[in-house]
Amino acid sequence: MSELSEMFFQECDELLEGLVKSLGEIESGSADDETVNSMFRAVHSIKGGAGAFGLTAVVSFAHVFENVLDDVRSKKLAIDDNVVALFFMASDQLTDLIDACKSDGEAAAEANEKLVEELSDLHSSVNRDVAPELEEEISFQPMALDLGLDLAEPNAGPAEGQKEFEITFAPRLALYEAGHEPALLIRTLQDMGELSVTADLSSVGTASLDANAEAWIVWHLHLKPDAGVDESTIREVFEFVEGLCRLDIETSDTAAFSGALPDMEALSGLPDLPPAVLPGLEAAPEAAAETPQPPQSELQSSAQIKKKAAPVNNTIRVDLERVDRLINLVGELVISEAMLRQSMSGTDHERRNSVDDAMSQLRQLSGMLQEGVMAIRAQPVRGLFQRMSRIVRETAKEAGKSAQLVTIGDSTEVDKTVTERLVEPLTHMIRNAVDHGLEAPEARLAAGKPEKGFVTLEAMHRSGRVIITLSDDGAGINRPKVRAIAESKDLVRPGEDLSDADIDNLLFRPGFSTATEVSNLSGRGVGMDVVRNEIQSLGGRVSISSTPGVGTKMTISLPLTLAVLEGMVVIVEGEALVVPTLALRETLQPGQAQIHEFCENDRALSINGQLIPVSDLGSALGYRKHLTDLSKQVLLMIEGDAGQRAAIAVDKIVDQREVVIKGLEQNYMSIPGISAATILGDGNIALIVDTDQMFSTQAPEASELSVSSGPRRHYDNAGTEHHV
Amino acid sequence: MSDTALEPSAETRHEIVSFMIRDQAYCLEIEHVLEIRGWTKTTALPHAPSYVLGLMNLRGTVLPVVDLAARLGLGATQPESRHVIIIAIVNEKTAGFLVDTVSDIAMVSESDLQATPNVSSEQTSRFIQGIYMIGDELVRAINANEIVPNTGLEEAVA
Repeated sequence: MSELSEMFFQECDELLEGLVKSLGEIESGSADDETVNSMFRAVHSIKGGAGAFGLTAVVSFAHVFENVLDDVRSKKLAIDDNVVALFFMASDQLTDLIDACKSDGEAAAEANEKLVEELSDLHSSVNRDVAPELEEEISFQPMALDLGLDLAEPNAGPAEGQKEFEITFAPRLALYEAGHEPALLIRTLQDMGELSVTADLSSVGTASLDANAEAWIVWHLHLKPDAGVDESTIREVFEFVEGLCRLDIETSDTAAFSGALPDMEALSGLPDLPPAVLPGLEAAPEAAAETPQPPQSELQSSAQIKKKAAPVNNTIRVDLERVDRLINLVGELVISEAMLRQSMSGTDHERRNSVDDAMSQLRQLSGMLQEGVMAIRAQPVRGLFQRMSRIVRETAKEAGKSAQLVTIGDSTEVDKTVTERLVEPLTHMIRNAVDHGLEAPEARLAAGKPEKGFVTLEAMHRSGRVIITLSDDGAGINRPKVRAIAESKDLVRPGEDLSDADIDNLLFRPGFSTATEVSNLSGRGVGMDVVRNEIQSLGGRVSISSTPGVGTKMTISLPLTLAVLEGMVVIVEGEALVVPTLALRETLQPGQAQIHEFCENDRALSINGQLIPVSDLGSALGYRKHLTDLSKQVLLMIEGDAGQRAAIAVDKIVDQREVVIKGLEQNYMSIPGISAATILGDGNIALIVDTDQMFSTQAPEASELSVSSGPRRHYDNAGTEHHV
Repeated sequence: MSDTALEPSAETRHEIVSFMIRDQAYCLEIEHVLEIRGWTKTTALPHAPSYVLGLMNLRGTVLPVVDLAARLGLGATQPESRHVIIIAIVNEKTAGFLVDTVSDIAMVSESDLQATPNVSSEQTSRFIQGIYMIGDELVRAINANEIVPNTGLEEAVA
């Protein structure tokens, strides 16, 4: 894909995101006039860009969509629920069309036609009394032009009734200052039909040199357009100089014009149009002043531009790879700094004082630099949530239910990789929530709930992690049914004593699927176990809670960033390892704890009346044979998601620090018991311990994880399998 | 550089990096080779196959180092400072390969590649994709796709 089209598609993504956001505002009732305007602009920009790349399917759909949005904008069409629903579908369709162009595929033609029809019907229903062509003209008053052009005889020009255009293009100095070239714009117009150009040089040398003043040369252009060229196409040509010029476009009937092109000499002698003759501008005398006031229409448009600019964040688009490279480099810098500091510690005392000052400053700066670079990757979850609202709509439609997604905290920032990799698991969870969670409309009404079900997606920061909760107001987990299924699939023994939470967690067991008949929606070959694996591979946890009749709530807890981690550096058998501080509860010095031996070399620690299993990290990772004497070891107490505890024995603790995470899968593969690696201050590599796999109660799952080639690939396989 | 290298016979020519392991000559296609470094101590990897020596830090990138001799079934190497690590990229994964010495960069043509002798060892047929005769030396062309760790599930378990 060329760089340009890539930029276009990126921009489309942003525009579509804005579009859906605006629709959300309308749906929630917080919309104002500007909301519709911004929607119109988004669709219009997509249309314009798609036109430039020859994406006709996008252009024609965007055109129809735009027309209806324009009706709303001009208050000809009132927005009701049906219109909003239609708009949602239209923006989904537009997304599909653009995606199809991206991958050179084809979007569903059937849905497209139906939507185009619906939109066109809506458009024509509100424009019944207005002739389609006239409607565009309404804002322009006919201009009585006194130009030589008008006088010649009409000849075999365009078909009867074909409009011709009188364009007055008066660049301001700012236009030239911005590096625009009127000749290029005029040349573009030339491609649209027969064009005659006149330069009005009458004000040469008279106007002031203020950037907002009009330049001395005013161009009068007469265009006899080719088929398919209308006023908006012409305006598009001048899109980039909007606000930098005065642009008036007048339509006139063919009959009044000739195709003959009067040349420059003939015209330059004629008394030129005084700047005062401006359409739509009543205050003619004012405009005749030396620095003419911009016409009203222009004031309006510049006001609009300002308004448009205000809510948009001042952002740039950067290739993720570049950011990653920067992050890596900064990581290197931090390491080099540490190495330098280490080697400086050997030098004699006198020199060291001044060096120390510089070194501590360097250290502070590189730390800040690292922090700043990390922040670049943080992105609001808004885009992710918006994608989910589409999933809710589509799933609800397929399942014959009425559902709405409510999002809270969508400005919460999360590492971009995290949001990207959350798409699939979250999609699956949302489908489950709508398909299984929410009851059928009749059942809802019978239970005294509103017909429309609500699915709430909430994001927030809590103690260095991101918490995303997905809740529905459905019937809650049908525990007897879950239990029956689990028993029939031999996941639990019949009659086994299970708490409610145990039963809920059965949903995460591999091979569990509650749908009695596999529906088109949820039964996609991936179960909740895959969702959990995926979230765990992001360093996250997922838990479920449910109240019968009230709803189900799933909570995902994720690290803020995948790039850094707070950890404790420990030494085991001469190798440095990092234990994430997050899981760490306390440390016990040698001899401080009482260790009890059990069979098979199992050991437990008694502390506060509790017995906690102890394992030696060195032997768990295969660095050494079983260690019989733990009395010289430091014990680290770790805690898992569900509050289960374990103690791991290490040789000694070195340091506690923030480390940069380096994934192992990229160049190697995942290793059981190890989540990633990092580079220490001396340039050596230390492995980061995956504490979740250190709980012996989880042993069956942990061993399973180590055999599979990583949960992610498994997920992909399942996904593609379904599509084939 | 040998004579054969200077007089390529066919138009599909490419360069190879040849190196020695236990007095045997091997080579890798040059497009796989990123750089050549001296041996530095690696960080031990738990649950790793015996031929994986550990992880090394190449300017901020963490990559595994493979003892090529062990990988080829020639017995484990006791790495010391005279050993060399060839940093190679295969299937977008970067790895280091420990060899005894790097000998030459030679130009060979596709047609010079002779079939691996029909020996019984599975290791040979899997890791050696053919033989080049450079001068009077027999150089074994390594199949880069097979030699990297993590090519198959069976190794992840092994």
